[in-house]
Amino acid sequence: MSFEEQMTVPIGIPELLARAGQMRTEGYRLVQIGCAKIGDTYEINYSFDKDRKFLNLRITVAPGTEIPSISGIYWGAFVYENEIFDLYGITVTGINIDFKGTFYRTAVKHAFSVTTGKEDNPCLNK
Amino acid sequence: MSKQIVIPFGPQHPVLPEPLHLDLVLEDETVVDAIPSIGYVHRGLEKLVEKREFTEYVFIAERICGICSYIHSLTYVQGVEQIMKVEVPERALYLRTIWSEYSRLHSHLLWLGLFADGMGFESLFMNAWRLREHILDDLEATTGGRVIQGVCKVGGVRRDISPEKLDEMVKGLREMEKELRTLTNVFIHDKSVASRLRGVGILSKDDAYYLGAVGPTARGSGLDIDLRQTGYAAYDRINFKSVVETDGDCYARCAVRAKEMFTSIDIIEQCAKKIPEGPVDVKITGTPNGEYFSRAEQPRGEVIHYIRGDGTKHLVRHRVRTPTFTNIPPLVKLLKGVQLADVPVVVLTIDPCIGCAER
Repeated sequence: MSFEEQMTVPIGIPELLARAGQMRTEGYRLVQIGCAKIGDTYEINYSFDKDRKFLNLRITVAPGTEIPSISGIYWGAFVYENEIFDLYGITVTGINIDFKGTFYRTAVKHAFSVTTGKEDNPCLNK
Repeated sequence: MSKQIVIPFGPQHPVLPEPLHLDLVLEDETVVDAIPSIGYVHRGLEKLVEKREFTEYVFIAERICGICSYIHSLTYVQGVEQIMKVEVPERALYLRTIWSEYSRLHSHLLWLGLFADGMGFESLFMNAWRLREHILDDLEATTGGRVIQGVCKVGGVRRDISPEKLDEMVKGLREMEKELRTLTNVFIHDKSVASRLRGVGILSKDDAYYLGAVGPTARGSGLDIDLRQTGYAAYDRINFKSVVETDGDCYARCAVRAKEMFTSIDIIEQCAKKIPEGPVDVKITGTPNGEYFSRAEQPRGEVIHYIRGDGTKHLVRHRVRTPTFTNIPPLVKLLKGVQLADVPVVVLTIDPCIGCAER
């Protein structure tokens, strides 16, 4: 079994658009954008691929920070950026198709911005 | 310019087994824009990593989808194994590859049936699903489950397949292949099917690449994006070539799936010949501390499980990017310019699995 090499490059928010544009110019496809709540901050990973070479740009943002949309560079980014707002409450500005919080219909608003606490949920069906 | 009207398509529609909604902007009968909506059944399964240990969570990962369930569990355990530097036994890698290809066969046959049904070709639909039963029977015989297999675990697999059973499976597949050939000949060569699909819903190679298309949607547009080529599980020991079509229309996406089933049978046969003796799992000690983007090729295309652990028995984050999710932007693009009557067929050609996308 072979595991692929994966590189993660931390970048600042002001660099994001330029770096995404550079990836597009170099012929990378956008694989995914994903968010993770790490402690009190959020890590947002922009993953790209070219000829099976996987590269990840990472920005770290505090709650309440606005980030620019890369949907002007990668048109399909709107699905990920709407997801990030709906689940984490991070505002993404300038999305080409902005669902304004209605992309996911969740019972709890920005459900993933809250960590419920790591614990086992005992099975009640005994 | 004609007056524009908006027609809602879905979430309940005869060709949609799952809820996807499209606002179709029409000029006369031509679609000029399409705005997708999902989110009707968002389950938040990823959040359950906070409540389940990483070894138990594989059962939840597998339940993300009822069709490509097995490959979800495989992708998840591969990610954990990479973080924990687990050496999975060779035999387990081959078994994982065999079940992955069975999963692809049953998914493609399911899709071919649904697609035939969407075109109004009922007998073709029934024949595709009749053949799918053979695949499900083998999955049940070897894993215990037809839909949810539950055989993948961190460190290997839970069940072995005897050499006699492997021979029987290969023999059965080779016999089924003749019927499969007859079935796929209709999809590939029948004039009425071709006239319904050729030149409809065209996605150019460039659009497919930059809009994020994966799986048969990408390969139907001439892109050789197939994660099996990265060599996960035992794919690096197997000789196979990805099926790529270049027309980018509904016919091309259908042809890719039809032809891929024969590749799957070849892969299973090679695995049955090459599989070594030995254990099928190793004991796991410790907890995952690190991160990895685990990637695999599902029947619908590239799936990604982002796994992050902090050294405790619960993961910090598990994030799944499913193929359908990334195929939504290409769908919007390829709907533009099609006739309203073609919309169901075009939507079906990306093989939308909203259950996956809504995880």
